[in-house]
Formats: sequence, C-alpha cells, structure tokens
Amino acid sequence: MTPEELLQLATEEREKQAAFKHNIRVCVAAGCLSTGSDKVKIALQKEVEARGMKGVCQVKGVGCLGLCSVGPLITVDDNYCRNVAPEDAADILDRLGDAPADRLHIPSSTPFFARQQKIVLENSGVIDPEKLEDYVAVDGYQGLLNALTEMTPNEVLTEVTKSGLRGRGGGGYPTGLKWSTVAKADGGGQKYVICNADEGDPGAFMDRSVLESDPHRVLEGMAIAGYAVGADRGFIYVRAEYPLAIQRLRVAIRQAERAGLLGNEIAGTTFNFSVAVRLGAGAFVCGEETALMASIEGKRGQPRPRPPYPAESGLYGKPTLINNVETFANVAPIIRKGSTWFSAIGTEKSKGTKVFALAGDIQNTGLVEVPMGLTLRDVVFDIGGGVPNGSFKAVQTGGPSGGCIPAAHLDMPVDYESLGKLGSIMGSGGMIVMADTACMVDVAKYFMEFCMTESCGKCIPCRVGTAQMYGLLTRITQGLATPSDLQLLEELSDMVRNTSLCGLGLEGHTCPAHKCEMVVDTEKEVA
Amino acid sequence: MPLDFVKPTPPTDDKRWKVVQATMRRNGNRHDALIETLHTVQESFGFLDDDSLRYVAAALRVPLSRAYGVATFYHFFRMKPAGKHTCVVCTGTACYIKGANQILDSIKQAYGVKPGETTPDGQISVLTARCLGACGLAAAVVYDGDVAGKQDTGGTLERLQKWAEQ
Repeated sequence: MTPEELLQLATEEREKQAAFKHNIRVCVAAGCLSTGSDKVKIALQKEVEARGMKGVCQVKGVGCLGLCSVGPLITVDDNYCRNVAPEDAADILDRLGDAPADRLHIPSSTPFFARQQKIVLENSGVIDPEKLEDYVAVDGYQGLLNALTEMTPNEVLTEVTKSGLRGRGGGGYPTGLKWSTVAKADGGGQKYVICNADEGDPGAFMDRSVLESDPHRVLEGMAIAGYAVGADRGFIYVRAEYPLAIQRLRVAIRQAERAGLLGNEIAGTTFNFSVAVRLGAGAFVCGEETALMASIEGKRGQPRPRPPYPAESGLYGKPTLINNVETFANVAPIIRKGSTWFSAIGTEKSKGTKVFALAGDIQNTGLVEVPMGLTLRDVVFDIGGGVPNGSFKAVQTGGPSGGCIPAAHLDMPVDYESLGKLGSIMGSGGMIVMADTACMVDVAKYFMEFCMTESCGKCIPCRVGTAQMYGLLTRITQGLATPSDLQLLEELSDMVRNTSLCGLGLEGHTCPAHKCEMVVDTEKEVA
Repeated sequence: MPLDFVKPTPPTDDKRWKVVQATMRRNGNRHDALIETLHTVQESFGFLDDDSLRYVAAALRVPLSRAYGVATFYHFFRMKPAGKHTCVVCTGTACYIKGANQILDSIKQAYGVKPGETTPDGQISVLTARCLGACGLAAAVVYDGDVAGKQDTGGTLERLQKWAEQ
C-alpha cells in the first residue's frame, strides 16, 4: 500500500463513518466481556435493526473504555454509560441524541475521564480493534509510511531520541539510546525487534488492554523500530493467559500483511518487516529480557548474565531491540506529530504519559493514562475516587520488584526519578491500593511466596533464600517470630538482592518505604 | 542433522496429531518450535504425557531432557489430565487483596483439593493463575474458560456445587 492509497483508504473510511448520525461503542475488551458486554452489543444491534436505524446509528465493539469496575461500559455518542444490561437497549435508543438515563449515565466531566490525557490509549474505546480500516481512519500507519518514504533511519532515531521517550516496561531506559545502540551494532545482516508483552506483574493489565484495544498501533511501532535499527523480523512475546489479546494480534498481523503494511517491500520501498507471535507459558521470569529470548528460542526461561546486552548479542546471538508494548505504542504518534509535541508533555526528565492499572481497594478500578508528574494523590484520590471502605494505607507500584508507598508520600509526583527516590519503581504501571485493613507483613509474605514460586532456580541465593525468607515471614504472621528473626530476614534479603543474577522480581521486600511500613506492622505482631 | 534421521511416527493414529504436525511444519520443524508445539499438544489433548513429550522431542530433534525440562519449567503446561470442569482462581495481587486465598481455602475445605489437583471423581480441577489481567474485576475466577469477576467464596462454591452434582 502506497502513502496515497493509505490516505485514500483513510478518507473513504472517514466518510463512511461520518454518514452515521449516532455512534454506540460497546467495550469488548476482556474485562467487560466477562460481565457480558457481547450480549449487550448483540441486543443493541438487534434493537437498531428492528427500528430500521441501521444507516443512522452504528453499533460497534471497541477496546477498553477504562472504568472496568462498572462494566459493561458503552459510550453513546459522547456519553459514557455503566453497568449496561441487554435489557437497557430499548431505553438507550429511546434517548438517542439526549442524555442517557441517570442510572446508566456517567458524565464525562467526572475526574476519572476529565483528568486523563491519552496518547497510548487514544484509540482505545474508539476504534474496532479487529478492523484495519478503523485504525487507518484515525491516521494509523501514517507514521510508518512517513518514516519509510520521507525519513532516513537516522532521522527516525533522532526523532525518537529528541522526544525523550523512556522505556515503559519499568526500567525507564532512554528509548532513543537503546535504538541507536542496536542500529550501530553489526549483526552480519540479521537483527531482531522484540515486543515484550509478557506482562507478568500481578495487578498490571495495561499491555493486555493495549493489545486488545489497538493491536495495529503496536505493530506499527515495531515496524518503525525495525526500519530505524535495520531489523527485518519482529517477535511479540505474549502471555498465554491473554487469549483475547493473542487472537486480536493474530488478526491484526494478517490484515497488515494483506494490506502490504507488513511483509516484503512495504509501501513500495525496499524495507521488509515481518512479525510473529510467540506464546509465553506462565513464567514470571520471562519478563526479564534474556529469559524472554531464551523462551523464544524454545528453551527454559532462565536469565543469563549481561553484558553482552541484547543490543549486541540477543536473540539467536544477533543484535536485538527489545521494548515493552507501551513503549512501542508511543512510537507512531511521535513520528506522526513530531518529537516537540511529545516532549512538551510530562516533566523535565520523564516525558509523555503513563498508563496505570488501578486495582485493589479503590473506588474506580480500571485503566487510566495521565501525563507524567501528576501526584499520587491525584491518581489515587481524584481519578481513582479513593478508598471505598476505610482509609488509605499504601499503594503498591511496580509489581514484585517495586514497593509500597505509604500515605506520607502521596504528594510525590509520579515520574521515574521520584518513585526511584522512594525506593519503589515506576514499573510497568500496576497500582494496587491497600486500605488500612491490609497487613503489610501479609502483603510482603504474598510477594515472597510469589518470588519463591517464580524463582527460575538458576541462582542459589534466590532459589533457597526466598524460601527461607518466606518461612520467616510466615513465622511473623503466626506470631512465633523473635527479634533475631527480623535481623536474619534483613540480612537474607540484602544477600539475595546483591547476589542474584536478574533484577526482576526479587527485591520487593528490600525497598525502604515498603520496609518502614512493614517493620511497624511487624513490631505490632511480634509484641 | 544426522544422516540417519527418520521422522518419528505419532504415538497413536489420533487425528489430533495432524494439528500438532502442522504446528511443527509451520515452524520449520526447528528446535525453537518446542514451546509452540507443546502449546498445540496441550490445546489438542488437554495435557502433556510421556508419549507426547517423547514424540515431540524426537520430531524436533531436541533431547528428551530438554523437552521435559521445558514442559515442567512453565506453569502453563499440565502433565496430568484435567477434570471435566476446571476452575482457575486468579492469585494476582489485586485478587489476593480481594480474597482469592479465602476462595481457595473454601474450595479446599469443601472438596479437599488444593490448586493443581482434581477431585477423585474427575469432575473438578482447581488451578491458579498468576494474574489474568482482570484486576479491575478482582477477585477473578475462570470457570471452564469463562472469566467471572467480583467473585467471593459463596458464589464460587455455588458454581462448583452445580458441577459436582452433574
């Protein structure tokens, strides 16, 4: 498909969409589907047909609308509706063009919606994830074709570097720098691009939602990366626990291949890029990049020492670029709108937005995207609606490698540096809020059990140490521990942290902020 | 490639092996197709057993030890047949906070099965998942492939009771 053909397709599709006077969008991402949104969609479609409104009102399935706790969610033109049942279809169509019934309506001025700024999720809840035309109509694949026809790979690298984009998987490594390293590496002709969609952190579902809501955006980002670094093959490593995301990705890849947006000689240029899906099989450690590559090679997912870094010697020993889903999802808009636009959002060192998954003891559980630098208080209380029963105790960020941030630090801005200072990490973006009823020792024990079971067994300190620490934490929760146990726990956690090979997963318990809270709770229980 | 390599024949003449062979062929019968192939075997047969591991290892020319290592390393692969119904309890952080452990405890009390086990009558298998990504709906439980959100002990036991009475 040439740039002209793409523009024509976009125009045609936009005209087609504009012909509908009303748009009803039903969330068909995993969260709402499990509350029966597919039945709501069918009921609405039937009702539209029965009223002979097929040419006037469009009913379509879209990706995540964000507020998972009150699903099934739909939007009727610009109005959000919650807890929609199939029986509501007639009522919704009766009031078309007017405000929906009060029991369903959520005003879009609600802070949950009003305070978000969307880049990664701009198409989530707007387009049909299984239709290429829908993505093209919102300027999809324009970034890729712009890059291929009007920019050199170097210019793409410069643009990404200038945007200030940093890895969204947790580490926050500058994306432009990583890309440049891979671009410079000599792979003897072969390089790879890998998208890490092994979203293993419990409590994080950003990547799942992006893949289910807007899979083409990730493919486009990967192809642009491939062009910039000189790779012609890409892999997406997805958790097998995300069947819907896998299915939609496969559909998207087929569509893009058929349209000539992936494959050989894309847009009539000499650039080739193909993408294959690889399934994870339920191992948390595979989120670590070297373990992930071992898994793609069909082996056990065990990390190996770095250096050499994947940028020099990665998949099959070739230079490999590996980024997270959300990072790739940011790429197309940066190329389309320019690095200046992107770097104007966020803070000095953390540019752009971040998607967070709010869960736990919080009113509005769901998915939000906010500019970097908003305070935790804004995210948890304003957007998240606060803790429904009881008071706030801590918010856990960054999965097992992160930490728990207590109430005293709620006014910290959310960016890579500030969270690092608190001893937690940005992580991939899971935020689990805990009410004062949660016991921090219990939570520490939960994460320790997680680390113990997920330890791949390669390094002895991790394999044996986590089991010992789990035992100690269990003693504390049973009220059997002595003060010397606490000291032993501290020594062990220090040892495990400093002697394990991979950074992933095994540090949660050592974070200062987490520990302060924990020690207070512990002392209560020991006494 | 050893010159005397003879393509192994599937353990049985079950038609489902054709699907498995197709997966291996699509991946060029290469070593790195191991995980993909095991996924297909489990999808087709419900679990992995000795015979299937031996066959896949031989067909892809990987040592049996490596095939066994991979199959037991990843939690997703099952080495025992599942019961008629499966109940997967999510034990992610959000679900933990919302009482996933209580659900598991109550199942254990009522049916005497721990995660990974199947009731003696072969009706119900209980499994856990590290996180289904349905945290907005914690606690999440998957009943025979259907994700149900906001579950509690009462609701879960009721669903299982229906299965047990069948």
